[in-house]
Amino acid sequence: MNFVELFERIDATTKTSEKTEIIYNYLQSAEEEEKLLGIALLMGYKLKRPIKTTDLREWAAQVAGIPLWLLEESYYVVGDLAETLALVLTKDNDSRPFYLRPLVQDIIMLQKQSTEQQREVIESYWSMFSGTSLFLFNKLLTGNFRVGVSRKLVVKALSRYLTTEEPVVEHRIMGKWDPFQESFETLFQEEISQEKHFLPYPFFLAYPVEPNFFEHANIEDWILEPKLDGIRGQIVVRQGEVFVWSRGQDLMTDKFVEFQVLHTTLPDGTVLDGEIIPWKDGYPLDFQLMQTRIGRKQISKHNLEEVPLVMVCYDLLEWNGEDIRGLPLHERRRLLEELLKDDFLSPILKISTVKAFQSWQEAELFRISSREHHAEGLMLKHRDSPYEVGRKRGNWWKWKADPMTVDGVLIYAQSGHGRRANLFTDYTFAVWDEEVLVPFTKAYSGLTDRELTEVDQWIKRNTLEKFGPVRKVKPELVFELAFEGIGLSTRHKSGIALRFPRILRWRRDKIAQEANTKQDLLTLLNTRNESNR
Amino acid sequence: MSLLTVNENGLYCKQGDFYIDPWRPVKVALITHGHSDHMRWGMQHYICHHHTIPILRLRLGFDQSVQGVGYGESFEINGVEVSFHPAGHIIGSSQIRLSYKGEVWVFTGDYKIEPDGVSQPFELVPCDHFISECTFGLPVYQFPSSSSIYADINQWWRFNAQQGYNTVLYGYALGKAQNILAHLDLSIGDIYLHGAVANVNEALATIGYSFPGVHLRSDMEKSKIEGAVIIAPPSANGSPWLRKLKPYREAMCSGWMQLRGARRRRSVDKGFPLSDHCDWRQLNDAVIGTGAQKVYLTHGYEDNFSRWISENYALEAFVLKTLYNDGMEEAE
Repeated sequence: MNFVELFERIDATTKTSEKTEIIYNYLQSAEEEEKLLGIALLMGYKLKRPIKTTDLREWAAQVAGIPLWLLEESYYVVGDLAETLALVLTKDNDSRPFYLRPLVQDIIMLQKQSTEQQREVIESYWSMFSGTSLFLFNKLLTGNFRVGVSRKLVVKALSRYLTTEEPVVEHRIMGKWDPFQESFETLFQEEISQEKHFLPYPFFLAYPVEPNFFEHANIEDWILEPKLDGIRGQIVVRQGEVFVWSRGQDLMTDKFVEFQVLHTTLPDGTVLDGEIIPWKDGYPLDFQLMQTRIGRKQISKHNLEEVPLVMVCYDLLEWNGEDIRGLPLHERRRLLEELLKDDFLSPILKISTVKAFQSWQEAELFRISSREHHAEGLMLKHRDSPYEVGRKRGNWWKWKADPMTVDGVLIYAQSGHGRRANLFTDYTFAVWDEEVLVPFTKAYSGLTDRELTEVDQWIKRNTLEKFGPVRKVKPELVFELAFEGIGLSTRHKSGIALRFPRILRWRRDKIAQEANTKQDLLTLLNTRNESNR
Repeated sequence: MSLLTVNENGLYCKQGDFYIDPWRPVKVALITHGHSDHMRWGMQHYICHHHTIPILRLRLGFDQSVQGVGYGESFEINGVEVSFHPAGHIIGSSQIRLSYKGEVWVFTGDYKIEPDGVSQPFELVPCDHFISECTFGLPVYQFPSSSSIYADINQWWRFNAQQGYNTVLYGYALGKAQNILAHLDLSIGDIYLHGAVANVNEALATIGYSFPGVHLRSDMEKSKIEGAVIIAPPSANGSPWLRKLKPYREAMCSGWMQLRGARRRRSVDKGFPLSDHCDWRQLNDAVIGTGAQKVYLTHGYEDNFSRWISENYALEAFVLKTLYNDGMEEAE
């Protein structure tokens, strides 16, 4: 099986068990030299895009013999540039063989080439390929190759192929590695991986708590902590070095300069798990502020003073160089408290607060008002739980605060991407500012497929104006939107930015005049900020 | 004054005082073909091709006033010469040609140029004014040849059957279903039909068409069905009707399946871009082939396609707003 066939077969099923089987078959039968690269691509290995997409569009339009505007219009309908290019460039003849490794190398080489050379290479690939090969080439070229398999599935298949337990595989493939530098041997053989002292442990993640949980759970068996709104991370201190990893398995040490001194205070062989969060004058700051800090390439002194970061630690995974994930949580917690008890580590490291409640009812009262306590709910962890791998039910749960909501009027719509291509699914919503509707947020998910189709039909019939892919529609439909946070913003017209906005439901019972106002949002924002003081 | 215009009832010929595929009840309706967005209920008198009549009776009832005509026969209505010509879309589908005082108009209805082996192949009718659908009027819609798609379908059915799976193919009950049935490799396994497909086949049998497949009735023992193919309309996707046929894999057969997004939205295992409409290349061929100087584009990507036509071929192209295929995705 080669990479093209792998993609086609994964793409031709919606069942995860079949996908695992297909990846396993690929590992068994693919050429040794492309296998690791194939796996890396499945898990999201990204090539740097070597080329401007405007160039690609122009060249493809010329090769296909169509004007650029027609290619652009087609792109709006398809919702995916690589696919659009493949479709307009399609030919009836069969594809030439697809050799993944040299092809990816050629794409990497493009970065160093002149525009003329690039064009020559790309057009020669275009003329060689058709169908899926052409599509995949374009996907790799535009740097947005994705396929419908989770990391977990790939780990499953690898585990079976290597006859190695899943957590071990998971650990070995963490972080960024270069498929051209590594091989199956360097990546998976025990002794070599010892050197990889910079690696974090796979994160243990929690599911939302299930309603029947409370029927059986005895609150005394559980450790309850406020759930903070930051970036989940691990701080790794080994061999005199510090590494900060985010949950997305990105090495963030450079962004979180505060932590770079920790090797002087923490013993070698320490791994902490916690929430990285902006913190000033004894309280967390708005999450939005951290996002702007993370976005910067250079962090100025001013940024560091305005948005200082801390880690609120809640778990200790490695202690004195020993993997202690198997110890019960209350033991790990005791060691963590021991480690952090000395005040000298603050203000960079804090310890997560454990809340003592007499009953679940009392805990519920905290959860409902958790925003006033700078939290977004509670974490429930069994006191005897080990630190597991990945998202698991049973020992850890998250019990989130209810989202804030607002009724907004649909004013703009744009067609989506991927499975939502050619369907108007990306909406902009507005609230009333006196007599005028001001846009304040976009939202994508939340409607059922049936509702999406219905709204799509409505949009097509109620378009007032078209601007490229965007439609301005009659301000008629009202939707209830939920969000997790609200802050001031200079980037949005309304001056307000929401965090995790999504559609809760379609308010068919409301007319546009009954939607919320900008004043309502500002009131909500002010109440929130007052509680921060 | 144009021979054909659009008013609130549909496409209207004032000189002849008749409509073509009207969407509101009128006195005289010329019907291009039997799909529900073209053949609507409530007309006082229908004129259509002979082979559309059984469909009309099936869908609109037996008490309708219908007059059948053959391809190429011409007749007059108030001085307008009218004739029906094969459109190659489905059985009985017709382009309608009108000629008055030396000026010739053709309305295509839905059509495709590539022969499907079931309906009478498309005939290019020279004209001055050409009204064409353009459902797939974008260059991303260049379909593979239908013979290669049928080979893929049979190969996939065989693969599924070998693994003990049933194969469910979704396609429009009138048109697509018969085309698929005519191209299945009967040596692979048994063929079963959803009731909607069986009903259409039964109606077509009265005029001599015969297609393979057994009507899958609710009282049949479904556990014995294995490695079979089941032909069903798209609306059966996700219905409890299918549950007893597990394990199965399902595929949608439609030109819309050309786009990955459209297929993934359906959450079917596979999509075959099998269409009864012209693709981009066929539309271009047809528009040039008729020799018409004025081209009117309707239902589809008419804005883009008309701009392309007028810029690329130095023809006059116009957009004609109609109510055909309003919900494009479902109505092929």
